[in-house]
Amino acid sequence: MELIGYKRSDSMLDAAFAALADPTRRALLSRLAKGEATVNELAEPFAISQPAISKHLKVLERAGLISRGRDAQRRPARAEMESILQLDDWLKQYRKAWEANFHRLDSLLGEITAISKGEAK
Amino acid sequence: MNNLKLEAEGDRTIRMTRSFNAARTAVFDAWTKPELLRRWLLGPGEHWSMPICDVDLRVGGTYRFVWRNGLDGTEMGLSGKYLEVAPPSRIVATESFDESWYPGSAVVETALTEKDGITTLTQRITYNSAAARDGVLRSPMEGGVRVSYDRLEELLTRKVL
Repeated sequence: MELIGYKRSDSMLDAAFAALADPTRRALLSRLAKGEATVNELAEPFAISQPAISKHLKVLERAGLISRGRDAQRRPARAEMESILQLDDWLKQYRKAWEANFHRLDSLLGEITAISKGEAK
Repeated sequence: MNNLKLEAEGDRTIRMTRSFNAARTAVFDAWTKPELLRRWLLGPGEHWSMPICDVDLRVGGTYRFVWRNGLDGTEMGLSGKYLEVAPPSRIVATESFDESWYPGSAVVETALTEKDGITTLTQRITYNSAAARDGVLRSPMEGGVRVSYDRLEELLTRKVL
C-alpha cells in the first residue's frame, strides 16, 4: 500500500535497485563512494577474484551507479553520486507516503479518543 | 508524533515502527474497520480515494483494497488473507498486489503494544526470498523499491554517502 501514488517508471532506477540487492555490490559501492578504485584495489579487501569484481562492476555500471575511467590499463571505477541521490529521493517519497497516512491517522485517532472519552462521562 | 522508523531486518524483512497518542483499541479499529481505513490509508497528497475496502477480519478471511487516483483515474488493487487475528494486539496477513511484480505474496505482521497511553505499531513485511530476489530482477519500479529500499537505507546509515 505504501506505493500508492507511485507508478512504475524508468528501467534505470529499476536496475539500480536490483543492483543494490546484492551484498557484495553494496559493499563495493560503499567503498567507491569514498573514492575511485581499480579492479585490483577492489579485489584485495573483498577477497574475491578480479573477474568476479569485474562482473559486479558491470552490473553497477549498467545500473548507472558507477562509471569506469577511460584509461585502458586501469579503468578506475567511481560512484555516480547523482544516481545514488536519485535513489535516495525515491526512498524519501516512499517514506512520505507513509508519513501522510500516519498524519491522517493521528487526526482520526484524536477524534476517536475524544468520542470515547465523551461516552465514558 | 512524527517518529516513523523504517529498518531492514535480516535479508527479507522490512520493519516499520510508529507511535500514536491513542489507546491500542483505537489504533486497532483504525487499522481494521473499512469506514476508518478509508479516511487515512490514502498515500501521499489528497487525490487518492479508496472505492473498495472490504475486510473480513477472521482467520482465513480475506481483505481487498482498491485505490483510485482522482486526477487520472488510475486504480491500484491489493488483496490478502488473514492468517492470525488477535484484537487488539496482533494481525498476520498475506499481501499481494494486482499488478504483481513478484511471484507469491509477502507476509505482513502487525503488532500493537500500549504503554502510558501511547500505542506503538510494529509492522514487519517479509518477502519470500526467492520470489523477492526474482521479483527485484525483473520487476517494475515498485517491486524493486519495496524489496530494496532497506538495502539502500543500510548503505546510507553506514555514513559512506
